[in-house]
Amino acid sequence: MGRKYLLGNEAIAHACVESGVGFISGYPGTPSSEVIDVLRVHPDRSYYVEWSVNEKVALENALAAAWCGVRSLCTMKHVGLNVASDPLMTSAYTGVTAGLVIMSADDPFAHSSQNEQDSRCYAHFARLPCLDPASIQEAHDMIPEAFTLSEEFGLPVIFRPTTRICHSKGDVDLGEPVAGLRKGEFHKDPRQYVVIPAHTRVLHKKLNEKQPALRKRLVERGYNHHKIEGSTAIIASGIGATYVQEIIPTGVSFMKIGAYPIDEEWMGDFVRKHEKILVIEELAPEVEETVRQVAGCVPVLGKKNGYASYEGELSLLAVAGIMEKAGFLKKNPFPEGNPVQQLPPRPPILCAGCLHRSAFYAIKKVFKDAIYPSDIGCYTLGLQLGVVDTTICMGASITVASGISHAGDTRDIVCTIGDSTFLHTGIQGLLNAVYNGADITVVILDNRITAMTGHQPNPNSGMTACGAESPAVSLDALCRACGVSFVESVNPYDITGMVTVLQEAKKRKGVKVIIAKQMCVISARRAGINRGRYRVNPEICTGCGTCVRFGCPAIEFADEKALVNDLCSGCAVCAQLCPTGAIVREGKK
Amino acid sequence: MSGSFDILIVGIGGQGTILASNILGEACLIEGRHVKGAETHGMAQRGGSVESHIRIDGLYGPLIPPGQGDLLISFDLLEALRYSHFLKNEGKMVVNRHLVLPTSVFTQKLPVPTQDEIIEALKKHSLCLLDADKMAEEAGSPLSQNVVMLGAASPSIPISPESLINAVKRLVPKKTVDINVKAFEMGREFGGKC
Repeated sequence: MGRKYLLGNEAIAHACVESGVGFISGYPGTPSSEVIDVLRVHPDRSYYVEWSVNEKVALENALAAAWCGVRSLCTMKHVGLNVASDPLMTSAYTGVTAGLVIMSADDPFAHSSQNEQDSRCYAHFARLPCLDPASIQEAHDMIPEAFTLSEEFGLPVIFRPTTRICHSKGDVDLGEPVAGLRKGEFHKDPRQYVVIPAHTRVLHKKLNEKQPALRKRLVERGYNHHKIEGSTAIIASGIGATYVQEIIPTGVSFMKIGAYPIDEEWMGDFVRKHEKILVIEELAPEVEETVRQVAGCVPVLGKKNGYASYEGELSLLAVAGIMEKAGFLKKNPFPEGNPVQQLPPRPPILCAGCLHRSAFYAIKKVFKDAIYPSDIGCYTLGLQLGVVDTTICMGASITVASGISHAGDTRDIVCTIGDSTFLHTGIQGLLNAVYNGADITVVILDNRITAMTGHQPNPNSGMTACGAESPAVSLDALCRACGVSFVESVNPYDITGMVTVLQEAKKRKGVKVIIAKQMCVISARRAGINRGRYRVNPEICTGCGTCVRFGCPAIEFADEKALVNDLCSGCAVCAQLCPTGAIVREGKK
Repeated sequence: MSGSFDILIVGIGGQGTILASNILGEACLIEGRHVKGAETHGMAQRGGSVESHIRIDGLYGPLIPPGQGDLLISFDLLEALRYSHFLKNEGKMVVNRHLVLPTSVFTQKLPVPTQDEIIEALKKHSLCLLDADKMAEEAGSPLSQNVVMLGAASPSIPISPESLINAVKRLVPKKTVDINVKAFEMGREFGGKC
């Protein structure tokens, strides 16, 4: 197939096609989303592919397909594995017949995440094999082998790339695509697939018995390897190993860990041949724990004694710093670098014309002294507008709102949640809030797409991952079915309309749901919707700053007057806010 | 150490830094050379500050350490200043004379340096300043701004202009090949005189 310059996730997707994958499911989450985004539009796909409603649903689907003898892939970000952890833990007991690869992409430094958890710990917890690539090429090459390994041991394999693998690019040698098997067949075997206590005790023993051979096999396959060069050694994993290889001095031994569980005997032999060991890895001290178990009296330097950090991501600069501190480099070869201080920051911001900004504006206008639990999506950026008080994990807006309500805080509680997040894990929270009589207002920010991760369709979009038509769920009917009697849909671009509905909700007790419906402005642009642009008439503008405080990136302020720049998408909300009517549609007087 | 030629492309989400880095990667493939890169994806793209690292002949990690960059290509003046510490002392800068003020400047009334102050500060390095927006319009489309920038930087990049132009032809939409080739050549001519 030759060599291509690819994004890590594109290389991973291609490797899945080379592996004859037949079933693919997942839920979008940075940095994992592009794998399915590539596979769902792949020109010669012979496999089944879906965006599932959440990671638990995705994994259970993929597990069943793997039971039917179809090679399956399930993708998610690291926190998605929390949602999928229930089937994950027991899938290690039931095992699989065809290969099942669970890609859980970690995000050291939390570039786009709510925490820095480490998927390797889940693999350890579930006693499943885990592959941890150090480069894009290795990530690509590991995928076909992950399927083989999964089949050899009858276990799901966790594949754990990190942001700097998924969103790095490089020249990658690719293999040939293989048509996947789609003709699955389920063979009934209650002792394997019905985990009643009598069966599961036996399955647990079987799982444990697989471990020694698994550890040996990972060394034989070359994922874990070493080279003895001197009396001191560095042991590194993942992308940390790549940084170490760039700057390791001659005369220092090197061990690379790319797969877990680690063979302790093999590692112990290596460690005991050295006088000092430095461990370099991102996030949890997963490798370091094993090194310490086998080290005896050989000193081990790592996170546990302060040589390396538990938090954040590694870089060449950081690795050189650790090596200097541990005495492996005389001096860090890279200068600290002095960034220019006090430049105005440029954080991500809600787009010009984003429905969330106008919905938040209306919420703040009606509910001034309220508590605003929110959720995971572009709208978390509402933090900048002072209307996001809490965010924990997917679906934790309605639940936090009802918790605060029952805790006895007497202020109004208005929570916000996107359509995709609501369908992911929000519905249960709503059901619970109604059932238990919470007094809250829920605003569903409905842009009909999973926008933040790259505009993946969901059950609210009216189409599947591959673009086939599918019935769009009625959020209104869903909320009513949960027992909500006040459900109103409103266009958030219509500030007066939205304010009126919110005022009505404020007067009532119980759970009120407002569905703020408007297409994501990026989807609208792609669909060719052109609303024209607005401009400020400088003769009428008094420079009061009302529109500037709205926070739209299309509005600037210079020479005591507001002005609209070319980011304007024509939502017309600022024109409604302007007290003097100075903002008008372009082309009009 | 790597021995790679390290380029940082910076700008604001949506300006086309990723296409510029893809063109460089493709050009490396054409020349049969290794290349590594890293870029910003996900929510951080929404109008935020973005960076693409490209390491030509890179064999190891994708990230350029501060103080190691050979070339900084910036689509915006303020972003050039924000990332200037990534350059070596003898590193070169190719910067679009264009300043988008972050919304925070207006909503929080934050102080911001003027264009002239920024340009003065950038002059610490070898600086090539150009009006890529205007040149892109002259080439036939404002969207070819990123290719103008690449063209202007190309005299400093250790890849042949033929390979770069071939990469442009492979990666831009078919209908815009002529415009983008022209954009590249206009940029290159300007960059050659910097």
